[in-house]
Formats: sequence, C-alpha cells, structure tokens
Amino acid sequence: MDNQQKNAGHLSKAFHSILSGHPGIAVETEAMPPYFVDLNLDQIIDSITEDKKEYDLKPFFYTPLTDRDSIIYRQEIFRDLEAIDLLDRLEAFAWNMRTMRDCLARADKLYYPGQKEAWFLEAVITYCHAVSDLARDLDTARLNSRGLLAFRDYLKAYGWSDRFTTLFAEAKQIAAGLAAIRYSIIIKGSTIKVRPYESEPDYSADIGQTFEKFRQGQVKDYASKLPDYAEMNHVEAKVLEFVAMLNPDIFTRLKDFCLKSREFRDETVVVFDREIQFYIVCLDHMEKFSGSGLPFCYPGLSNPGKDIFCHDGFDLALAGKLLDKKAAVVCNDFYLDGKERIIVVSGPNQGGKTTFARTFGQLHYLARLGCPVPGRDARLFVSDRLFTHFERQENIGNLSGKLQDDLVRITEILDQATPDSIIILNEIFTSTALSDAIFLSRTVMEKIHGLDALCVCVTFIDELSVFSEKTVSMVSTVVPENPAARTFKIIRKPSDGLSYALSLSEKYRLTYKSLKERLNHESVSHVPRS
Amino acid sequence: MKAFLMYRDRDFDAKQPLPWNEQSLRQDLALDTLFAAMAAGDEFIFEVSKRAVLTGIHNRPDDIFYRQDVLKDCRSNPAIVRNIYRIAAEGLESEKKNYLGFLCRYPSGILSRSIEILQLCVEALRQLRNIADEYAGRFMSDGFVTLFTTLKRELSDDYFATIEGHLTTLKFSDGVLMSAGLGRGNKGVNYVLHRPSNLKQGWLERVFGRSSVYAYTIADRDEAGARALSELRDRGIDLVANALAQSCDHILSFFNALRTELAFYIGCLNLDARLSQLGAPVCFPVPSEAGERRHTCQGLYDVCLALTMKQKVVGNELNADDKTLVIITGANQGGKSTFLRSIGQAQLMMHSGMFVAAESFSANVCDNLFTHYRREEDATMSSGKLDEELSRMNDIVNHISPDSMLLFNESFAATNEREGSEIARQIVTALIEQNLKVCYVTHLYDFAHSFFERKPGNAIFLRAVRQDDGKRTYQLIEGEPLQTSYGKDLYIKMARKNPKDNLAVSP
Repeated sequence: MDNQQKNAGHLSKAFHSILSGHPGIAVETEAMPPYFVDLNLDQIIDSITEDKKEYDLKPFFYTPLTDRDSIIYRQEIFRDLEAIDLLDRLEAFAWNMRTMRDCLARADKLYYPGQKEAWFLEAVITYCHAVSDLARDLDTARLNSRGLLAFRDYLKAYGWSDRFTTLFAEAKQIAAGLAAIRYSIIIKGSTIKVRPYESEPDYSADIGQTFEKFRQGQVKDYASKLPDYAEMNHVEAKVLEFVAMLNPDIFTRLKDFCLKSREFRDETVVVFDREIQFYIVCLDHMEKFSGSGLPFCYPGLSNPGKDIFCHDGFDLALAGKLLDKKAAVVCNDFYLDGKERIIVVSGPNQGGKTTFARTFGQLHYLARLGCPVPGRDARLFVSDRLFTHFERQENIGNLSGKLQDDLVRITEILDQATPDSIIILNEIFTSTALSDAIFLSRTVMEKIHGLDALCVCVTFIDELSVFSEKTVSMVSTVVPENPAARTFKIIRKPSDGLSYALSLSEKYRLTYKSLKERLNHESVSHVPRS
Repeated sequence: MKAFLMYRDRDFDAKQPLPWNEQSLRQDLALDTLFAAMAAGDEFIFEVSKRAVLTGIHNRPDDIFYRQDVLKDCRSNPAIVRNIYRIAAEGLESEKKNYLGFLCRYPSGILSRSIEILQLCVEALRQLRNIADEYAGRFMSDGFVTLFTTLKRELSDDYFATIEGHLTTLKFSDGVLMSAGLGRGNKGVNYVLHRPSNLKQGWLERVFGRSSVYAYTIADRDEAGARALSELRDRGIDLVANALAQSCDHILSFFNALRTELAFYIGCLNLDARLSQLGAPVCFPVPSEAGERRHTCQGLYDVCLALTMKQKVVGNELNADDKTLVIITGANQGGKSTFLRSIGQAQLMMHSGMFVAAESFSANVCDNLFTHYRREEDATMSSGKLDEELSRMNDIVNHISPDSMLLFNESFAATNEREGSEIARQIVTALIEQNLKVCYVTHLYDFAHSFFERKPGNAIFLRAVRQDDGKRTYQLIEGEPLQTSYGKDLYIKMARKNPKDNLAVSP
C-alpha cells in the first residue's frame, strides 16, 4: 500500500479522507448535539440516514465543522457528485461492497467446504468489480474537488497493481468453469443418481401449452414456496460431491484459490466505502425535494462578517412530511444587513413562526456540515456554537416550576454564548404574566444585544420587534381575502394584529368565477375512464 | 376462452373500484334496496349487481345495447341460463373441495391437488359442451352466440383425451428425471423436469449405460435424508406443479367469469320477477350518445319505493330533451325526492344494461353521476353545515367531467335563503353554462324563481302539487316555482303559537 500511495503522490496531494482534507479534524462524534430535537434536526438526520443504517452515519452528522476550508472541501465534493452524475456509479460501488460483506458472512457461517468456497469466490469477484468499475468511472469523470481527485489517483494506482489484477483474473476463470456445469438427477424410491446432463425438453412448457386456451390473465404463482436456505442438507451435499467428482479440475482450483486469497481487501477502499455514504445519503435525500421543485444551494460563508441572507429557505423536516402528504411547501426569505443581528418573529398563531425559526437553525447547522442547504440562494454564518430554547411541553402542569426552568436554561445559554454563536428562542416565558414576560424578555434581549450574537426570537410580545437598531421585525401573514387561511409566509414588516372574516364559497372555489375557471380547466384536462 | 357476456371484447372486472362517491349514490338513491331485490338472498349476486350498476356509468350506448340483447335472451330462456350458472358454480366448488392446506405448500401437494381439481373441472366443461350442443339455437344475442360457438370449438373430444394423457404421465410411475446447474454457493438451481422417454421400460438403464453415474441410497432410518430427498424431488416437479396449478386457476377463472357475468343477469331476472308480481311496468331504455341532451320518459317511478312498499307506485312524465337544467319545487312530501331518486336510478340502471322502471325511457348517457343531498333533515343554521355541503360540492367539482349529470336535493339551504340562493345560483349557472346536466330539488324560492325569470330555453321547471285538502298526489307538473313550501310555514306557525313549549323540551 505504501508503494501505491507514493505513486499517487506526485499527481496531487495524498488522499487522506473523503470527509476531510486534513488529518486531525474530527469527522465523527457519538453524542447528538443538545439543540437537535428543538430544530427537528433529529428527524432530518433520521430521514437522511434511514435507508443506510448499516453504515452508522449519524456520528458524521453530529459533527459540525468550524473552519471554512473544511466546509469548502466537502462542498467541492458535493458539487462534483452533482455535476458529473457520478452518484449512480457510487451507489453501484456501495451495492457491490455490501454484497461482498454479505457473501463473506455467508462463507463464514456455512459448513460444507464446496459451499464456503463458492461464497468466498463470489465475495472476491464482487469486490474486484466494485474496485475496477469505480476506478474506470472516476477515470472518465471530470473532477474538480480536491477530495475526489486525490481518491481517484489512489484508486487508479491500486487497480493497476499486480496484487489486484491477478486476484481478479483467477477468480473470474474459476467462476466461469463452475457456471458451465449442468447435471441430471434421477430420483426413484430412496435412491438418487447423478450423471452429466443430456438435453431433453421441459415438461412444464408442454402442460402450459395444453391449457393455453383458458388463459385469463394473471394468476397466482404456485412455484417455489420451497425453503431456500443458504445451507445445504446432506443429500444436496452428496449431490454436490458427485458433481465435483464429475468435474474434478475446477473444484481443485477453487479450493487452492480460497486458501491463498484470505486478505484480499484494501483498508483505504473500505473506509472510503463508508465515508462516501455521507454525500450519497445527503444527495439522495435532497433529490426527493428538488424533484418537487424545492431548491437547494451551497451557501456562501459570511465570516468574519455577519451579513447573511437566504432566499426561499424551508424547514427540511416539515417539507419531508408535507411531501409525503403531497401538500405544498412554503419557502421564506430572510436577511440581516449592517448592524442587524436579531430577527423578532410575531403574528397569528399556526402561521409558520416556529417553522421559520427552525429553518434558520437548520440552514446554519447544515451549512456547517458542508451540506447543500434547503433554499435557492444563501450566505450563512459559520458559528462557533448553536443554542436553542424551545417551549417544553412536558412541564406545562407546573407553571412556577416551568418559569424557573426557563430562566435556568436561558441563563446557561447566555453564559456560554460568544459573539460568534447563534441563539434561537421560541416563545420563551409564555408561562408567566404578560408584564413579567415583557420584563424578562427585555432583559434577555439586552444581553443578546450586548453580545452582538445572531439571534432569532419568536414571540407574542410585539414590543420586542422594535427593541433596538439590531432587531428586525418579521410577521406571519394571512390571505387578505380569507384571513382564516395562513400563507405560512413570514415577511419583514412591522408587527400588527389582523382581524378576519370568512367567505366559505370562495374558500372552496365555488363562486361563479372560480367555478368557471375550474370547469374550463378540468373539463379540458379530463381523461375519460373507459 | 372467455365468457364475454357483459362486454363484447373484455371481461367484467368484479374487483374494479367503485366510483369515489358510491356511498353517496347508494344512500341518496336507495340503491341497496335495488341490489337486495336483484340478489334475492344470494350475497354473490348482490355484490356483482352492486358493482355492475355502480360502475356502469362508463358504458356507452353500444355496450348498453349488447347487454340488453343478452338480457333479452335470458328472459326468453331463464331455466337454461340458471342451469349454466349452476354448472359454473359447481366447477368453482371443485376448488373449495380441495382445500389449499398445509401440504399444498409443497409442489407434490400442489400437483396432486391440481390433478383432483382438474378432473372435476373437466366434468363441468363436458356439461357446458353438452348444453351448447343442445340449446345454442335458442339464443339470438351476440354474447350467447359467441359463447356457445367457443365452447363447441375449443372443447373437442380430442382435447379431452389430451388432458387424460397428462393426468396419467403426472403419476411418475418410472421415477422423476430432472436436470440442474450450480448456482450461488454451489447450490443446485434451475431445476427442470423432463418427460420420460416413451419406452415403457429400461430408459433409466439405457441412459446410464452411456456415461459415468454416481448413486446414493438413503438409509432406512435416515428420516432427515428422506425429507431432503423428497424436497429435492419437489424442486424438480415444482415448475410442472406450477404450470398445472396455474392451468387449473385459468379454468377456474373462466368458470368464475362465467358465474360472475351470469350473476348480473340472474339478478335482473330476479328483479323482473318481483316487479311483475307487483304489476309494476319495466321497459328497455333507449340510450343516446353522451354529447346529446335527451331525457324523456313516461311512467318513471322510484323502483326502490315500489319494492319497499310492495306495491305499484305513481309514475311521472318528463320531457326534457335539449334541456340541461330541471328545477323541482313545491310541497314537502309531494314526491320531489322520489322523482329525483327515480331519475338517478334509471340513469344507473340504463347504463348497466338493465331495463328501467318506467313505461318508456330515453336519455343520453353521461360520464359521471353525482348526487349532492342535504345530509340531515334538521335545519340547523350553522356555518359548519354549509361548510360541509360546500366541501362535498368541492369534491364533486374535483371529479367532474364534460358530460356529467348532477342531482341536487335541497342543497345549500343550511344558511338563510338569500345567501343559500346566491351560492346555488352561482354554482348552477356555471354548471349549465358548461352544458352539464343538472336536476335540482329546492325550496330556495329566490334561487328557483330567478332562473324562471331569466326564462332560459335549456331549463324546465317542475312543481310537486298538493290538493287544496292537503292530500298529496306525488305527481309533478310543469310550472312556475311557488313562493314557499308548506312545511316551513307550518313550522313558523307552530313556533309562534307555542314559544314556551319549544323552550321546555328538555327535562
């Protein structure tokens, strides 16, 4: 392996890890960050990693990066994977590697040597295909990322090595020899006989032919409810033994091959197989959304400044649920310029305020993972830490206890936060009298104002929206004609209270005008069901 | 081989989904009474009739005439048709007699079960062939003529002999010969069964004389070995067992199709018998193309009302050719709802190929039938109720198609008359401008009268009449909408007279 790395070395920097260009930067942590549940990041990561549990990918997602260069290293790789349509090829690689592991596990468990050896042979062949296919695919791809370029050089050198090419060629020859075998069995009474195959026609076809005239479309399949164990019973083993005796050369070669090829895997390839899944699951997950017209982007990074923005950002956890229900997802914009640091969100309930706060937090967290973020265009701040304070339902019975809890948690946050932190507060102090809530909230706002940290504060207290030159007011909005309907749009404007009246007929689009539009449209688009 | 008694060129799908609004249709048009009369206690006929009537909406005049002809044959030869129905049902019984039990998870079990079924099916097929030989001449419809011709052509004596041949071979008295290859993990795969050579004896020896052979005999006490051997044998006969079982299924599904399609006609025969007992008339309707607007009938009555009351009921006349809107107003309990129901029932019955409950009937086919009925009789003036009604209307519009027909019964009255009329007016105007067919029973005077004032050529106004002595005739006449329904007056009068009683209802 040393030799191969040397070969790769003079083309580009030596390959270290597909998740980080520098040794020494942590890429995995076991513990989930505390703000995960508040921001519904746990749901997002569950959903992202759901289909690939075997890789244990969550530790990667629990580990946000703190330096720009590492984030950009990952963004480059994401962009490469998206631009050159390499994902299918990497999926194929992953599939092969998984199959290889399954085959080895089988080989390990089984008893009869003729079987163990066959599974081992299949593992080797699958692995060789995985490596050579991927090397070929990378070779023809137009790569720009530092990470994939370095890995390509590494894999190319390995794929050309004698060790690898010999392994592959021999495995293929043996497999071809085995596949060519066909034999006949005669069972009568308790005796079984095995001999070479001599062609005779298939009797089941004959039966099918006779009753063809009754064919009525699909019927149940009665075939093969026979148990299909990987294991063999002793009768099958006996048959295999006879087949080996009928074909001695190929079975001897198989045995020798297995003995000498035990350590056939390359460690760097094995690690790559797991780490590249970080990118694959993210892009797969993103695909579900971009297919429905929801945009993703690679955010610019604003540090050291704090001018940030996002166009058409959305809550990735909520969007996932809405897409399942085929419901529309509402996107929102935000920006902070100059001295602005704090977004105060108010307005009608159920109007998307909490969702907005989560979106803000999710975007900033995902950006630090180096992932594409849910939005059309964005520049985000690389924070040192993220803090959230969301209403906790479980303590609702004990109001004084809850206020105390709130205060303790807020104090902890304010003690630990730095000017480079992001703080997200959602409906704090709802459990106390309004005057208390105003007083306490103002105190907290003063602290955050002093810190100069970025903050989103969702509140029912209108006054907070004009707290200082650092605060920006954003409001959840309703449909002007039907104030009962929420738009889930959060827009920059002064806080106000809206009254609303209802027009039922229009709600169902059954007024003359709406109905005419619908009938014209639906009559035209109507596909007759025959 | 196909039954093709419901469609000229395809099977009737007894599993096809019912229309999304089947619940409303059944409830609003009291269709379960109709299905029950057709079923005459037979659950299967009930299900088939239900599906045929509710899904018939997509049938075009050609389909309808095809079924009408088959039904006419059935009315002329009821005993023969019921006999075919019985044979098909007995053919299907062969499957139930041979329960697909635990053993039948194995190919040898499947194979022997299939052989049993096949023997019984062959018997039923022979009976069908005999009926075709004997009675085919009495049937005139395309459906029955095709069926009998097919039976005679496909079920020849030679064919029955071929089947017997297979049944003998499948006993495997000379042992089982099969071949296989090596699959994953060197396990045997692609087992194929071969038919032994025609030579009565010595084929094994002949074959084995030529090449190297290894043999192994299971020891007497080796039970696991015996099981393994029979499993291996099963792998060999698996494909053949599958082919035979599937063949049985195909034959059974032919019987099933025959039974299902006949069930609908037996249902029609049952209903016919009931109605003729009551002296209630039926006729074969004359459908016209969907694009036309025809609706003319005489003596049209609510078939379910007749069945429920067990007597002949009053019929109505309608001359609504080239009309798209029928507005029905007038006295409560005056036969408005009954008339609206009879319109809906006749439409569905015509579509399914049945006769209809009228002296004469002709109408264009539609491509969807919707009912929008007020869901409860009490008139709570809550916006929640109006919301619910509008929401159902919204569902209807979501499913609407160019030649839909809509039946409204007291819709949008869950608010005051002015608002209700306005909502109804806007909806109905938009619908009829699109040339959709609308029948609307209403006591919203403002709504009904405003249409009357406009005097549109494509509308017709019917009124339920009440004689001066308060007796109702259940007969509708053409006429201008009247200011009020009597029931409302009565209610108001009572409320004024005894205000305290109203308050003191609860204990």
